[in-house]
Amino acid sequence: MLMFTLKRLGLAILVTFTVSLLSFSLLFMAGDPASAIAGENATATDIEAIRALYGFDRPFLVQYADWLFGALSGDFGQSYYFKMPVSTLIAERLSTTMLLGVCGISFALLTAIPLGVAAAMRPNSLIDRTALFLSVMGQAMPSFWFGLVLIVVFSIQLGWLPPSGSSTWRHFIMPTVVLGYYAMPAIMRLTRAGMLEVLNADYIRTARAKGASETRVMFKHALRNAVVPVVSLAAVQMGFMLGGSIVVESIFALHGAGYLAWESIGRNDLPTVQALILIFSLFYIVFTFLSDLVNAWLDPRIRVG
Amino acid sequence: MARTIETVAEELRIPSPAAQLRKRVFGHYGLVFGLCALAIVVALAVFAPLLTPHDPYAQDLMGRMKPPFWMAGSDPSHLLGTDYLGRDYLARLLYGARISLAIGLFAALISGLIGTAMGVAAGYFGGRVDLVVTFLINVRLAMPVVLVALAVVAILGGSLQVVVCVLGLLLWDRFAVVMRSSVLQVRDLEYVNAARAIGCSTRRIILREIMPNVVNNLIVVATLEMAHAILLEAALSFLGLGVQPPTPSWGLMISEGKQMMLFEPWLIAIPGVALFVLVLAINLLGDGLRDVTAPENRG
Repeated sequence: MLMFTLKRLGLAILVTFTVSLLSFSLLFMAGDPASAIAGENATATDIEAIRALYGFDRPFLVQYADWLFGALSGDFGQSYYFKMPVSTLIAERLSTTMLLGVCGISFALLTAIPLGVAAAMRPNSLIDRTALFLSVMGQAMPSFWFGLVLIVVFSIQLGWLPPSGSSTWRHFIMPTVVLGYYAMPAIMRLTRAGMLEVLNADYIRTARAKGASETRVMFKHALRNAVVPVVSLAAVQMGFMLGGSIVVESIFALHGAGYLAWESIGRNDLPTVQALILIFSLFYIVFTFLSDLVNAWLDPRIRVG
Repeated sequence: MARTIETVAEELRIPSPAAQLRKRVFGHYGLVFGLCALAIVVALAVFAPLLTPHDPYAQDLMGRMKPPFWMAGSDPSHLLGTDYLGRDYLARLLYGARISLAIGLFAALISGLIGTAMGVAAGYFGGRVDLVVTFLINVRLAMPVVLVALAVVAILGGSLQVVVCVLGLLLWDRFAVVMRSSVLQVRDLEYVNAARAIGCSTRRIILREIMPNVVNNLIVVATLEMAHAILLEAALSFLGLGVQPPTPSWGLMISEGKQMMLFEPWLIAIPGVALFVLVLAINLLGDGLRDVTAPENRG
């Protein structure tokens, strides 16, 4: 188990460094950042001064190393647009995105697992078909459009929910549904497939043979085993969701890190964009690392193989 | 009469393999529906100039915001109405199908080439090649696609070519994962060993022995990634950092309609439904192909 953990940790760290290098090199794809900061009316000397001030005249790898060491201690430099430290800016916004992510994944799990179990209990029944229909819909519906439809129906027509903002819990209902529905189909299908497979296992027949009630067989014996792969899928989906929250946050004007990313991309604020790419990747890396550990702990075959 | 295998099969009423395949394909409602819906969208896109006399770029500031045919005050020459610049909505919808299909097709092609090359190399050679490819897949999965795509398109400028290339360079992960595991399953089978034993070149083994046996999975992933690319393009264009106006992209149409969705919800309903139907069709086709070609379903 220790070997497995160390190996997996090494991989996670290596991936983090590679992602950081890639997101830093975005800056150099953008052309000359100094003239962008200086604005349109700047003279050549102004640009030169800015270049020296921000250190753009140094070699690429030196700048990268400088940025990376800063990032390791939580300093991502100054935002060009907001004129404040990127780390402060992101820290202010991150809690909204995290809250949205937790609500979204909870919504996805709370709808997907019961639906998947119910669908597997009676294959081809009405409930199975409904679950399949919902998951096919969810995979084909563009989430930004789903969000707009919800706004039209629940904010404009019915007037039940606020269309944008993030001040009360009611502002989080529609974004949660949109983000959760995005992750729901995959989790539902995996739960259903896992349950179907487990229900054919010998120990389920044994449990039934010794007279355990159907509820007990389902929840005590079957679901516990079927849910193991769902845990790691949920971790992956959570990482994707935080990265995808940019779309949802921009529709509902929810001022989280995703909204900040959209704003800073539109304003060419590269230090903020770089930091956000790194932070969202880091979430994914940490989630998958933890879920791999949980799975290896649950299933010895993984840690040996 | 001589009893050949065919006549015996006839007597036993065993359908021919082709008939069995036909039955599997046409017995799969999702697959049939997906195929038909996709064929209709492709036909609408290809024959767009014949189906509408209007130019999707032509503005008519006197005839702005005409409602579609099911609403009062509609104009029979503009079946789906006109947008805020008086452009015919049906024409923009039909030409928009071309954009979506082109993006899906080319993005899937580019990412398919990259992902297949990586996956096949990893599966076939194993060892260090596999380590490197697996590592690259991990890196790619860790990067937030929407965010990176938005940032790169913002830097390079939003044109059709840029969006296609960015999506192509970002969506190869599933190809690599699936190809790697498919090749791993066949690379040590007898016929591959036989080819190796008679001295075939690696190139020949991969192209003539391995690829034909994993191409089913490749096609399934390609359809699903095509749908993925179409959805992402729409999302990027919706956020204003994909294909740029006045191109008739469905994502862009939704984004432009958003300003007026309070009073004219049909402006976002029409392109949204189109996008939904196209993606649904491609997904059903991909899922259906997977069900039909999966070895465990053969029998």
